[in-house]
Amino acid sequence: MLEIRDLHVSVHGTPVLRGIDLTIESGETFILFGPNGSGKTTLLMTLMGFSGYEVTRGSIIFDGKDITHAPMHERARLGIGMSFQRPPTIHGLPTRRMVELCGRGREMDITEMARRVHFDAFLDRDVNAGFSGGEIKRSELLQLMAQQPRLLLFDEPESGVDLENMALVGHTVRELLDGVPACCSATLRERNRNRTTSGLIITHTGHILEYVNADRGQVMYHGKLCCEARPRVILDHIANHGYQECLRCLADDSYGKIMEAPLI
Amino acid sequence: MSTVDLSRFNFTGGENAAPIQDLTALPAQDRERLVLAGIDVQDKHVSGTFMQLNHADVHCGTRHEGLELMDIRAALAKYDGLPQHFWRLLDPEKDEFTRLTREHCNGGYFMRVARGVKLAEPVQSCMFIKGQNAGQSIHNIVIVEEGAELHVLGGCATAHDAEHSAHLGITEYYVEKGGKLTFTMIHNWGESTTVRPRSAGRVEAGGVFQNNYILLKPVGDLQMYPGITLAGDGAVARFDSVIVAPEGSHVDSGNRIELNAPHTRGEIISRAVTTGGTIINRGFIGAGATPVKGHLECKGLILGNGRMHAIPELDSNQDGVELSHEAAVGKIAQEEIEYLMARGLDEDEAAATIVRGFLNVDIMGLPAPLRKTMDDQIRLLQCGKAM
Repeated sequence: MLEIRDLHVSVHGTPVLRGIDLTIESGETFILFGPNGSGKTTLLMTLMGFSGYEVTRGSIIFDGKDITHAPMHERARLGIGMSFQRPPTIHGLPTRRMVELCGRGREMDITEMARRVHFDAFLDRDVNAGFSGGEIKRSELLQLMAQQPRLLLFDEPESGVDLENMALVGHTVRELLDGVPACCSATLRERNRNRTTSGLIITHTGHILEYVNADRGQVMYHGKLCCEARPRVILDHIANHGYQECLRCLADDSYGKIMEAPLI
Repeated sequence: MSTVDLSRFNFTGGENAAPIQDLTALPAQDRERLVLAGIDVQDKHVSGTFMQLNHADVHCGTRHEGLELMDIRAALAKYDGLPQHFWRLLDPEKDEFTRLTREHCNGGYFMRVARGVKLAEPVQSCMFIKGQNAGQSIHNIVIVEEGAELHVLGGCATAHDAEHSAHLGITEYYVEKGGKLTFTMIHNWGESTTVRPRSAGRVEAGGVFQNNYILLKPVGDLQMYPGITLAGDGAVARFDSVIVAPEGSHVDSGNRIELNAPHTRGEIISRAVTTGGTIINRGFIGAGATPVKGHLECKGLILGNGRMHAIPELDSNQDGVELSHEAAVGKIAQEEIEYLMARGLDEDEAAATIVRGFLNVDIMGLPAPLRKTMDDQIRLLQCGKAM
């Protein structure tokens, strides 16, 4: 589904990503860890196609199509969807209308969809106008529910969300990825067979791992990916040893699974 | 200094034009122009309608007891020159436009809602100009008596073939104690029309004046600066304007509020977009009493090669007033464009969506069909390519 090859990205002329290779299969959810400033968000922004993220080398292939330099709306229409961490307010654009736009003419019961993320009371408000952190998350999820992306990019689903909302966010992300409501009694095999939506999720706290079936994970460090393992294993390791271990790991061939040469 | 040569226009002729009983009998082209100026030619869902064609009152009717509606010339004759209301808020010596209108008033309406009468449906008034070099110099008087409520939909339009016409219009608004006047004005002029409205109003204690102004179509040269004086305790005035100036349009428009009594509140909100024309976006709130509150907001978007000049002013010598203003001139935020593009809208669609939101007419509480007409007009604006 997504294939990133030797991706180098600069922001304002400063190299941030220094050779990313990553493949995410259809139906697979990939978790990205890493300290602040390591380039995780840059990777997501680059995949979505934001201005200011200059690809200096490498390529991004989505569904066999090279989208390295494709405009954002083309990526969105191909099936890439992103949850914004700090989306702008658009005055005069009610949330309901925004959700309609996301659906691109698809028939939807917006009120019912909004109810599922406890957001029906916000539909007439301008999108993001005065929304709290949790409200932004629910608004973003509602838009993604309408958009129905096949690759979901999610930067820190836990940030700014209280525990109660975390469960709602977690279940909704899982529904977006699984394509069926989490409560439905589909067998595991059925679920796996139906799964075609992939995910790329950034997390610091790992709370989201309690809700989604994440298959693989890696640590981003200084613009490179390292230490591929099951996300739970990575999370436990970071919790016990911090990211210092990753530095040692990257610096020394004898530790862990080394993906890249030592950093300068 | 004015650059308008008034001798170019004909301010007389056709005063006795035949009445038009049924506005749907107008030629289709004219009806279309009127609809875009917010006029319901079906004459349904209104409390009354007044229409003036060039210099003649051609259609005037009220359906509601308690609403008086007539040609200003008839009202002056009937009420001995309306000494309480005629030229009481504006100085006829103000400029050449007021002088001409005093010397030769060729129409306008007198509208009065009696004490305590609350009209649920709007009264529509329409000023229509046809032909070459026609000049309207009209005088309107609107009186909302104590505790009464009135919504006026004022549509002004030129016919398709009207060229080099001028509209000079005096309007005096009187809102008595506890009265409420909502005045929605929609302009649908032509590319060569010169427009000089001169309006002023006075609101007594507890009264409310809400003014909505919409200009989405080209106009040659428009200049206006209506002013409202809040003269009684607790009176409120609010101006909402939505202005678009395509290439060739010159719009110098602003609103003025004088907070001259305690507990008065005033708000001026304008949203202006130039797609090539010039907009001078003025606003003034003065406070001569305390405690009062006033807020002024002029926001402008420049798309293409237009010019936007925002001039917000606050003035007071009172201790304890609360006045604020917010002015911004800019372009569409890239961040907003990309947000919408990430949802699948192309750049043009994204820009148009943002401009539509910016020129939000929903807040004006217009009747549904009119809101739809205005939304459709905004949708037709060419703003996508201007990014």
